[in-house]
Amino acid sequence: MSDSQPTKATSGARDDAIISVRDVVVRYGDKTILDGVNLDIRAGETMVIMGASGSGKSTLLRRIMGLDKPTSGHIFVKGVDITTASEKELNDIRRIMGISFQSAALFNSMTLGDNVALPLREHTNLAESTIKLMTRMKLGQVGLAEAEDLLPSQLSGGMRKRASVARAIAMDPEILLFDEPSAGLDPIIAAEIDGLILDLKSAFKMTIVVVTHELASAFLIADRMCMLRYGKMLAIGTKDEIRNSEHPRIRQFLDRIPDKVTGGQDEYLQSLTKL
Amino acid sequence: MSFLAAVGRGTIERAEYIGGLTIQFWRGVAAAWRVKPFGGNRQRWRSTLKHMAVVGVNALPVVCLIAACTGLIMALQGGAELRRFGAMQFVINLVAVSMTRELGPLITAIVVVGRSGSAFSAEIGTMVVTEEVDALRSMALDPIEFLLAPKFIAMMVMLPCLTIAASAAGILAGGIFIYFALDMGFQLYLRAAMEALVLRDVVSGLVKSIAFGTIIVHVGCYEGFHVAGGPEGVGRATTAAVVKSIFLVVLADLLFTGFFYFFWR
Repeated sequence: MSDSQPTKATSGARDDAIISVRDVVVRYGDKTILDGVNLDIRAGETMVIMGASGSGKSTLLRRIMGLDKPTSGHIFVKGVDITTASEKELNDIRRIMGISFQSAALFNSMTLGDNVALPLREHTNLAESTIKLMTRMKLGQVGLAEAEDLLPSQLSGGMRKRASVARAIAMDPEILLFDEPSAGLDPIIAAEIDGLILDLKSAFKMTIVVVTHELASAFLIADRMCMLRYGKMLAIGTKDEIRNSEHPRIRQFLDRIPDKVTGGQDEYLQSLTKL
Repeated sequence: MSFLAAVGRGTIERAEYIGGLTIQFWRGVAAAWRVKPFGGNRQRWRSTLKHMAVVGVNALPVVCLIAACTGLIMALQGGAELRRFGAMQFVINLVAVSMTRELGPLITAIVVVGRSGSAFSAEIGTMVVTEEVDALRSMALDPIEFLLAPKFIAMMVMLPCLTIAASAAGILAGGIFIYFALDMGFQLYLRAAMEALVLRDVVSGLVKSIAFGTIIVHVGCYEGFHVAGGPEGVGRATTAAVVKSIFLVVLADLLFTGFFYFFWR
């Protein structure tokens, strides 16, 4: 956390930040999910957003993608305030962003090839042969070149995840978002996905934002990381700054210590699943 | 006090529902305009044709069968009463007019609610649960244009077609009864039935079917888009779509029939 550049007085967005989150609050009824979150993500870096389940990290990612609007606060992507942007401006911003959802979210009625080709067919005037070529290339980048004609239901969880990454990078986005890339995958496949993220990072110089609670994966892929807890940003810093942090809550998370349990077995098991 | 609160909450919820449907309707009309044939989006038009086959062509046998049964029932019930007055020939008018104006559109709509309205909400609801709708939005694609507009156009074209087929099937089936009860030839029956109808009967039936189609598509899709709570939510949404669509179809039928009765005779 050695930033000392001046901030833009008008927008509050930093000059070198491609994504700036400013005082974002999200409330559902009387439940506060995000409570005044601030975050700057610089162009070209890989930012990992960590936190336990229910800390609001996926909520934050959905706001960054512009899928939902925050209750208050602002989010700037490349200087555009996406919380006040019109649907048209928002769609322009979305074209430079790609997202890989937690559940992969491939279109089940389409083959993998069609899934990856969809954004190309919709947003470009490329000839069908060019689109075919690009689709095969993108699938090749995630190691699925042979699976073009398969339906999502014919794939394993890891393959679906990789296919969703291929679709996310179909339009060569500047910003790539990952929601829990290793959720529901075994350690070997999860490591493969981490490797894929590292490959993309070195090959394309994209800005990558990853939401995860997997510590090993977080420390492997991150340039900088931040930690959310109950909707508040505990810390933002480089890997080493987080690793050596003295903050009790961060230590608890890194050292995998459960919250104090006073009740019986059931409560203990519940507390385990919560972490 | 809790009674008042319940009434207030119910009122607000219904107002919200109607407001949401209205917004979706206008967005749907705008999106359908962008999808229009020749010059519109070709991908979307392909999806529209697919929906036309599923909503319309595939429903034709079952719609005609049910309408034929209904026509026959109308003839039998009407015949039982009218026989006492020696006015059997009016069974022809009864069947022809009630099928075209009322039962054809209504029965078609109810069958299509069960076949397609439920399918729309299940399809879209599942896509909401699996984040596919979010994926569409993240690719700068409008779910209303991508998912609703093809269904909307398909329904606007196919429901009137199905309605005409249903009315015809009902009238033809009525002829079977007349053939045996009055010993009247089939050609003569058809001529009498056509004479009983005026253009207004046909038009009012088609106007109704367009309104019913709008209700089926928008309620089905609205329930789908607003699924909450995972896979069980999809089941709930499907049930809600069917019940609400049938209720709104019957309500709209009453309003249209009342309107035609008082203002267009």
